[in-house]
Amino acid sequence: MFYMMEDIGSFVSWFFVTGDPLIYGADVAITLTSVAIIFVLTFFGKWGWLYREWLTTVDHKRVGIMYIIAALLMLFRGGVDALMMRTQLAFPNMEFLAPEHYNEVFTTHGVIMILFMAMPLMFGLFNIAVPLQLGARDVAFPFLNSLSFWLFFMGAMLFNMSFVIGGSPNAGWLSYPPLSEMTGSPGVGEDFYIWGIQISGIGSLMTGINFIVTIVKMRAPGMTWSRVPIFTWSVLSSCIAIIVAFPVLTVTLALLFLDRYLGAHFFTMDGGGNSMMFVNLIWMWGHPEVYIVVLPAFGIFSEVVAAFSKKRLFGYGSMVFAMLSISIMAYFTWLHHFFTMGSGANVNLFFAISTMIIAIPTGVKIFNWLFTMFRGRISFTTPMLWTIAFIPCFIVGGMTGVMLSVAPADFQFHNSYFLIAHFHQVLIGGVAFGYFAGLYYWWPKMFGFKLNETIGKWAFWIWNIGFYVCFFPQYIVGLDGMTRRLSSYSWDTGWWAMNFTSTIGGFLMGIGFLFQVWQIAHSIKFMEKDTTGDPWGARTLEWSIPSPAPLYNFATTPLVTDRDDWWEEKERIAAGKMPKDKPRLEPIHMPKNSPIPFIQSVCWFIVGFGLVFHWLWIAIPGFIGIALTLLAHSFNYDTDYYIPVDEIRQTEANAGRSV
Amino acid sequence: MRISKMLRLLTTSVVMIGTIALVSGCKSMIVFDPKGPIGSQQRDLINITMLLCLIILVPVMLIFAWIVWRFRDRKGNDAPYQPVWSHSTKLEVIWWSIPIIVILILALVTAHYTYALDPAKPIASDKKAVTIQATSLDWKWLFQYPDQGIATVNYLVIPAKTPIKFELTSDGPMNSFWVPQLGGMIYTMSGMATTMFLQADELGNYMGTGANFTGRDFAKMGFTTKAIAQADFDKWVNDAKASGNALSEEGYQTLAMPGTSEQMTFASIPDGLFHRIVHEYSMSRGAPPGYTRKAQTLSGEKKAEHTEGGQLPPGNGAQKDSPDMSSTGPGHAIQMLDHHTHMNHGK
Repeated sequence: MFYMMEDIGSFVSWFFVTGDPLIYGADVAITLTSVAIIFVLTFFGKWGWLYREWLTTVDHKRVGIMYIIAALLMLFRGGVDALMMRTQLAFPNMEFLAPEHYNEVFTTHGVIMILFMAMPLMFGLFNIAVPLQLGARDVAFPFLNSLSFWLFFMGAMLFNMSFVIGGSPNAGWLSYPPLSEMTGSPGVGEDFYIWGIQISGIGSLMTGINFIVTIVKMRAPGMTWSRVPIFTWSVLSSCIAIIVAFPVLTVTLALLFLDRYLGAHFFTMDGGGNSMMFVNLIWMWGHPEVYIVVLPAFGIFSEVVAAFSKKRLFGYGSMVFAMLSISIMAYFTWLHHFFTMGSGANVNLFFAISTMIIAIPTGVKIFNWLFTMFRGRISFTTPMLWTIAFIPCFIVGGMTGVMLSVAPADFQFHNSYFLIAHFHQVLIGGVAFGYFAGLYYWWPKMFGFKLNETIGKWAFWIWNIGFYVCFFPQYIVGLDGMTRRLSSYSWDTGWWAMNFTSTIGGFLMGIGFLFQVWQIAHSIKFMEKDTTGDPWGARTLEWSIPSPAPLYNFATTPLVTDRDDWWEEKERIAAGKMPKDKPRLEPIHMPKNSPIPFIQSVCWFIVGFGLVFHWLWIAIPGFIGIALTLLAHSFNYDTDYYIPVDEIRQTEANAGRSV
Repeated sequence: MRISKMLRLLTTSVVMIGTIALVSGCKSMIVFDPKGPIGSQQRDLINITMLLCLIILVPVMLIFAWIVWRFRDRKGNDAPYQPVWSHSTKLEVIWWSIPIIVILILALVTAHYTYALDPAKPIASDKKAVTIQATSLDWKWLFQYPDQGIATVNYLVIPAKTPIKFELTSDGPMNSFWVPQLGGMIYTMSGMATTMFLQADELGNYMGTGANFTGRDFAKMGFTTKAIAQADFDKWVNDAKASGNALSEEGYQTLAMPGTSEQMTFASIPDGLFHRIVHEYSMSRGAPPGYTRKAQTLSGEKKAEHTEGGQLPPGNGAQKDSPDMSSTGPGHAIQMLDHHTHMNHGK
């Protein structure tokens, strides 16, 4: 009996992460939050509401909101990771984090920020805006859309679970073997990494397919390719990159898992393995991934800059061509992440030049944004402020990117803080600023009220000052020989001043984030309803319908005659001309909610958890559950319904519109 | 009003702190303070690319600032407003051409330097290159001098004004060998040896580091590179040889185990050790499973032969380095796996 107790005790201390007060604090916080959520849901009788309105929904607008909420939670966690790193590096020889803990923190920071923050925030904005910009009822495959979200969510939860159960991955966000093999990382952390990303990666791939089909097939009548809104174009180019790049990631991680689980030798040091192959494969996904997240940000900037300059987007054709060419050229640059592998001058030169070429369409886009503002009337709302801040930030980030692309110079930049500063400048200055602009811009369309502009401007300034204070010193300290992923450094390196300054900037960005949280809370409390549906005076179709958009989006499918169709319609009405004729109301065909995406994703979570611990007795029931849900969905013919005309008329009347 | 005042205060203080920090940091950017021909050319190349970037960056920033200011939406702004103007072939041709021309120039410069600075290209010199075989281990560097028959751990001594041929490999996760003031950087990878030529033109101590993350004590993989005069180098080699601390096969196996290490000097190295480290993994690459064992047997046989011939010195005589070469305090030669005590080491 005693031995059994001891066995249980040693199992528990192996299964749960122990020994660190931060972790215990997190355990308590997680438990309390879970209890609080369950209590509130039960007390207010909201379980049914949660199930009907959210867990089973296939409505693109709600899926989008769920993506965004999840992404903001992940932004919080990734941000806390970042501040823990900055605290550790604020002074030489700090003992705030032990090296193994620091290694976990930078690994989870990278994975979360790219895969569980940037990607879902991007998908959230796709979901909110694309069907509305196209004049569509929903995405092409609403069921698949819901499944994509829940797969992402369960993947993210599985990954985050490693924080308290089993132990976090600690081999870097791309987990290069042989370090990530069993020889270098014998714990379950890497398996959490593999399965968290695999499960959410399936969701990402399906979202890519879903939005390509939506954009190709579901444009409103009259919306020729030259009338497609620029954000939708950016989504198309991003999704093309997704469907080509993500299978590479899935295969790469599957091979790594085979190495770890079955003792295969794809990437091991011995037995004929070649870890360099992993580095090549992961960057064949990893480099397009960067463009996957930045292209939609370009689309948002293009929408915002036109809307708030009260002027048509300059050089629409160039912009579309630039984005599509970037999404294709993204596949021919991956080797610039490891010029230092010694591939030889010919290979390095090819990838150096292919990388530089991408700077050309990107540069053209900058000029087009500038000339959209030129001879316009710029109003400095929060979405526009983030756009204006993006331009100089991205120019500098792009320039340092060009410097890094010069292969023999990269020998001095590679893996140093110069590189860290560069990619944070393009990923924060490009992607994060872009998604913030998009979030502020489409917020009224999502919820029917604007976010408070005054607090938003505070958040904006603190964020921006924090950004430059944080990352400019990192360029310098990188040129001073500081390499990335150092858990500590000594006084005689001379790196203290730069690191300390950088830490101040990091915390300023953290304060900026708190301002944004306050902004959202304040705006919900003192909500001023937008009754126009077009609070910004914007240009594309999503602003022609009430805010928030009704369940069916458009009471009647719009007939598109112009590129900025809604703007032209407003101009016609202002000029005293008749608005476009609207077709007669007809019953609207809608998809039914389904619990299957949620259930199937839970099964995937169970499979992932079982495989992380190599417990087939957990994984196999999970697989059976997936098969059963697939069968159940295949034989379910009760998938759609019609909204009757009376109900549409009632909804429109409630939103103050006559039909 | 209050907001703008506080923001101004915040901005001013941030700019002041930033300036102080920048001034104190800029003095010592070692990439811009190279001490050898490779590092110097890389600095020149960095300066050229930076200049080319600034030629675009500065005017675009000025145009940007002017546009944002000139066309702001204020009452009484008399700037022209053309809400429908959205296309100009002439302008678009101009700003497709500008980046194309700049990238073309940059591509030509890059092509020239990519071949000129190919790390495997020998440095032209009257002197014969000194070969150093560097192996990244968990978490320390082993530097073997095959011609001199000596080895060091976690520090390098090189003769100044002489090309050094580095042969780089890893007996563990991939790392990267970087001495910024001599020039950078090439990965060390298990199962293969990469080549890089560097040279120090001035005497001095230069910081070296591992630049690719290899796990727990990656931060402890810094090493000092001491460039000294040829005569001093010869004397140092003789002293090292006279010290009598031999690196044995077993000693190497102990050294290769995960853990940090002090600086060490070895008077002799096992015959063909570097070759065996490289081929330990590579001989099995792409070969059927049986081949791995054969390769191991081969190296085993070789080892046995050498032992019979009396060439392998017995035992592991590794000791702490002599005081004039060592920079750190007392302690055991190798600190094995320990979760807490290594936290507070200076360099």
